[in-house]
This record gives sequence, C-alpha cells and structure tokens, in this order.
Amino acid sequence: MTSPLQQKIKITGPSVVTANRAADGVVIWRNAACGWSTDLSDAVVVRTADEARALLTESAADDVGAIGPYIAPVVLDAQGAIGPGNLREQIRSVGVIIDLPVPA
Amino acid sequence: MYTYDEIDRTLINERVSEFRDQVQRRLKGELTEDEFKMLRLMNGVYLQLHAYMFRVAIPYGTLSSAQLRKMAHVARRYDRGYGHFTTRQNIQFNWIALSDLPDALQDLAEVGIHAMQTSGNCTRNITTDQWAGVAPGEVEDPRIWCELLRQYSTMHPEFSFLPRKFKFAITASAHDRAAIKVHDIGLRLHRNDAGETGFEVLVGGGLGRTPFIGKPIKPFVHGRDLLGYVEAILRVYNQYGRRDNIYKARIKILVHELGIEKFAREVEDEWLAMRDTALSLDAEVVEDIRARFIYPHYETLADLPDEVRSASADPAFEAWRLNSVAPHRLPGYSIVTLSLKPIGGPPGDATADQMDAIADLAEKYSFGEIRVGHEQNLALPHVAQKDLPALWKALDKIGVATPNVNLVTDIIACPGLDYCSLANTRSIPIAQELTRRFANHDTANLIGRLHVNISGCINACGHHHVGHIGILGVEKNGEEYYQITIGGRADEHAVVGTLIGPAVPYAEVADVIEDIVEAYLALRQRPDELFVEAVARLGVEPFKERVYATR
Repeated sequence: MTSPLQQKIKITGPSVVTANRAADGVVIWRNAACGWSTDLSDAVVVRTADEARALLTESAADDVGAIGPYIAPVVLDAQGAIGPGNLREQIRSVGVIIDLPVPA
Repeated sequence: MYTYDEIDRTLINERVSEFRDQVQRRLKGELTEDEFKMLRLMNGVYLQLHAYMFRVAIPYGTLSSAQLRKMAHVARRYDRGYGHFTTRQNIQFNWIALSDLPDALQDLAEVGIHAMQTSGNCTRNITTDQWAGVAPGEVEDPRIWCELLRQYSTMHPEFSFLPRKFKFAITASAHDRAAIKVHDIGLRLHRNDAGETGFEVLVGGGLGRTPFIGKPIKPFVHGRDLLGYVEAILRVYNQYGRRDNIYKARIKILVHELGIEKFAREVEDEWLAMRDTALSLDAEVVEDIRARFIYPHYETLADLPDEVRSASADPAFEAWRLNSVAPHRLPGYSIVTLSLKPIGGPPGDATADQMDAIADLAEKYSFGEIRVGHEQNLALPHVAQKDLPALWKALDKIGVATPNVNLVTDIIACPGLDYCSLANTRSIPIAQELTRRFANHDTANLIGRLHVNISGCINACGHHHVGHIGILGVEKNGEEYYQITIGGRADEHAVVGTLIGPAVPYAEVADVIEDIVEAYLALRQRPDELFVEAVARLGVEPFKERVYATR
C-alpha cells in the first residue's frame, strides 16, 4: 500500500490533518504547537498542497501518539471558525450522531 | 454447552499474556503502528472512526449465562455500556481503550471467551444455525463439527496467512438459517442413501463487492474425511489465491476464475494425496467432542400447556408467541427468539443491563444457554412452554420482546458511517427510520416475512445482496445515495438480489421501500405469497415502475 506521504496531495480548499490517538483511538487534529488536540477548533488550517504535505509529514512522524494521519477538508465560517468539510468528518468531530443505546 | 478442556484454557490465557506484552510495547513506542497492526487484528482489535473496536468470538453462536454476564461486564467496565451482535455470531465493543484491552481479554478468558481469529486473513469464527441441537428435523447437532473445525483451524500454522479471510458456516437442517451459500465454505450436514451422515460441500460463496453464491463441489463427504477435504480446499486456495489484489483475493474469485470443475479437480487431487492419513478422524475423537457437549435434562412435557392457552387471550402475548416462539425438537419446549430490533433502535445492540437480565432469564428458563443468530438477534433454545407467559413479561420489560422476528422491521444492518472507517454512508439511521415507518405490528404482519438488509459500503457487512430488499449506500459527490436491490435471499434458495434502478438520496430511501412494499401488497397473488416469491414470479419491473414512475 502506498504511504500517505507518497500519495499525490490535492486539496480543493481549507484542510486540516486528523488522525486517531494511539492510546484510545480518539479523534485528534494536528495543532499549531506541533501536537494534537481533541478539539477541531485547535487545528492548523492549510490551504495549499505544499502546506498540507508539510503538515502531514510532520504529523506522520509521531507514530507513538497518532495513527493514520490524513488530510481532511474543513469549512470556515465568516468568523474563521473551523467546521468539518463533509459528513464523515462531521461524525468524527462530534462522535456518533445517533442516540447510543446507553447515553454517553 | 461445550466444556473447554485444559488445553483450551491454557491457550487462551497464554494468548492474553502475549497480547498484554504487545500492547505495553506499543504504548511505550517500542512497536510502530505498522508492526502492531497485525498483532492487534489477530486479537480482534480494529481502529474505527472514533475509537478501537474489539470483536469477540462467540463460537457457533452459543453462550452460557456466565459468558453473557461477562460480556455485560466488559461493556460496562471498559466500554460504554453496550455491545453490538454481528452477522457472524460475534459481539463488538465500539469504544474500548488500547490500555484496557488486555484486562478485558483476561476477564473474558475466565469464562473461556477470546477474540482469536476474529480478524486477519485466517479462518474466522465457525458459524452455524442458532437453533442447532434443538431444531426439529435436524440431522444432528452441527456444533460438534463446528467445534472440530474450531480446534483444527485455531492458530493453524499453514492457514494463518491465507490470501484473505476465510469463513465457514454449517447447517444440519433442511431450512438453512446459517446462510451457508454465502460463505467461503458452506457445509450441509445430511444423510446419504445408505443412511450415513456427511456433508455436502459448497465453495466460493461470498458477498462484498463481488457477490457469488457458493457452488457445490462435492455432494457427500463422510464426517471422518471432513478435515482432510477442507484442508485440500484450503491448500488449493492458499497456493493459487491471489495476493496481489485484495479485491480479488477471496476464494470466490479463484473459484470463479478457474471454474468450479477445474477447482474441484485440483481439490480432488490434493485430497486423494492425503486421504486416510493423519487428518482422517477416528470415531473416538468425534465421540469425545460430542460427549463434551452437555445437553439439558429435559422434563417430559406436553405441547400447548394450560399456561399458554390462558395467556393467549392477551393479544400482545399471542402476537409475540406467534412471531417469536418456534417449535423445539421436544414436545413441551420451544425456541424463543429475542428481538434486538426495537422500533427506532440500532439493529443488534444490547445494553449491559439487557445482557445481564437475559443471562438471568436464560438461567431461569433456558438451562443457562443463549444463542446468537446471524440476523443479529438472540435466542433462548430450551424454554418450557409453560414458562412462556412469565418469560414474555420479563423480556418485554427489558425491551427484547418486539414481535417483529423475520418481519420488515427485523433489519440486518452494518454499523455504517456512524462507526465504521470503511463506510461511505450511514446504515443505522436508515434502519431506524424504516422501523418507525413500519412500526404498526398489524401492518408488518400483513406484509409477512420480509428481510431488509442494509450495508453502508460495498464491503456488504449488512449482507444487502441477499436481503429480500437490499440497501447499499454509495457516495456520490459527497452525498449519500442508496442502491436498492430486491429478490435476494440467504437461505437454501440463496440468490443475489437485482438492482431496480438508479440510487436514491438518503432522504428518499424510506419512501422508496414503502413504495416497493405497497407494490408487493397490490401484486401478490395470495396473502401467503412472500415478498421474495412475488419478486421471483414477477421480476423487478413492476417494482421499478412503482419506484421510478414519479421520481
């Protein structure tokens, strides 16, 4: 399988790098402190393929902390607040959007 | 129930210790994810959208009350208080932390439960009829042979790294409740003209992106030759199965590309070279395993006791009895299906509290035994009919007595995009909406037997190809769309459903299913002509016309 770093990177709008935390699988986003946050609003937003590649390369170096980093689309509102760019990322960002059998 | 021996217990405990060490090394950074991934998968640990998912094997779908209580304990202590029963008689926990997994496995090991071979390119949990051992007319209890195959295939060195995963299913009844025709190897236990029991062997069935119905490869394999013949199939697959393309790696592709005749010749050559050697089963070995299955001490009882006759005056009880209670091989006893398909609920989920309560009820009314079916429901296999009224009240109280077994709201669905990292679309909300649309029991009963299966992607974990109505989620330009197939079935007449037309958007799926059902009600020849029979008679055109004429 081709490594994410070897794949051609193409982004069509603002994007972030996201992954799952190795210890418990929780969804995380790469932040400006070269670390990870569990809050999408902390994510570093990139706008070009080169920026995305650099952020993904830096993120992938943290194999102990994160699994499977990839570039995900986001949307920015008028105030610059970050929101998920598609349904999959929306579900990842808020947890399941159905009622669980036992309330969380 | 089968009682494990010291070898089994040692194996399971050693496996827990080994995995504990692997997890610790991963958490310390001594193993990379690439190195660790295969190790965790071998212990049933996947990474899903939000968390690790832990898949635990329930061999041939049989659980004791103690085992189900331990599942409840794992759900409560390490997860979020519920579990999800799958189409392969496993249970999945969706929110478990890596650091908790060794302890969860250790706790499960106390009751002989493990997660070995619930993932990876090996032989998976051997599945069978959830009514095994109690179904009227059954040739013999197929779990004896499941257990033989389990022992043979667990950590088998030659078959731990097959080209792709490998699934067995066995049935011993004329009506196939184990979906053997959509498994890599399907085994139908039957008697030949000489009165000997043996297996019809089917090979190359499977769903996923390329669905195939299994093809008969040998009409009769004697029980003593089962392991040898199965090994011959696995060897041919291991040698010729494709490893260069994951999408073409299953045995169904090999059988399709070689053709069943050539594949069968290869297997026969392999088989003839090894028959009557070490894998030939001594009768004593089979008897030893048979003897380790402990059956209940049944009472001598009569059918339809007074307790049932009296309770039948209550329409709610009677609706449940007629729907969820099936004949047992012995008079005075019944098999009771527990619906895990509440109206508006996610299919196949059970809370820890429900699991504990079911374990208690199984102890009280079913000799401490519970079964898991591939339709994502549970069953109590040994219920005295006189206990049915009391059992019904108790099941109703905990929400598992919805009288919808085999009806339109008894939906099989994969976890879909709400949990799964492979899914393109959601499955659970579609199922929930459909159950609300058809919530009226009289309506669902009028419609009759109708299996709806939903998959959130082409991997087909919801078995949509063999649903009477199949719903497959596909993503189109970032939007969720759903293809609808009709006429599929997974039983002894297994067939892949036919696509009725272009995919429809998420918001229209329930309307489309209602249209299809209305068309069926208008077109069926008589009330007992099942939906799937009507489709076989009419073809898809009338349904297609109904769905797309106004869209």
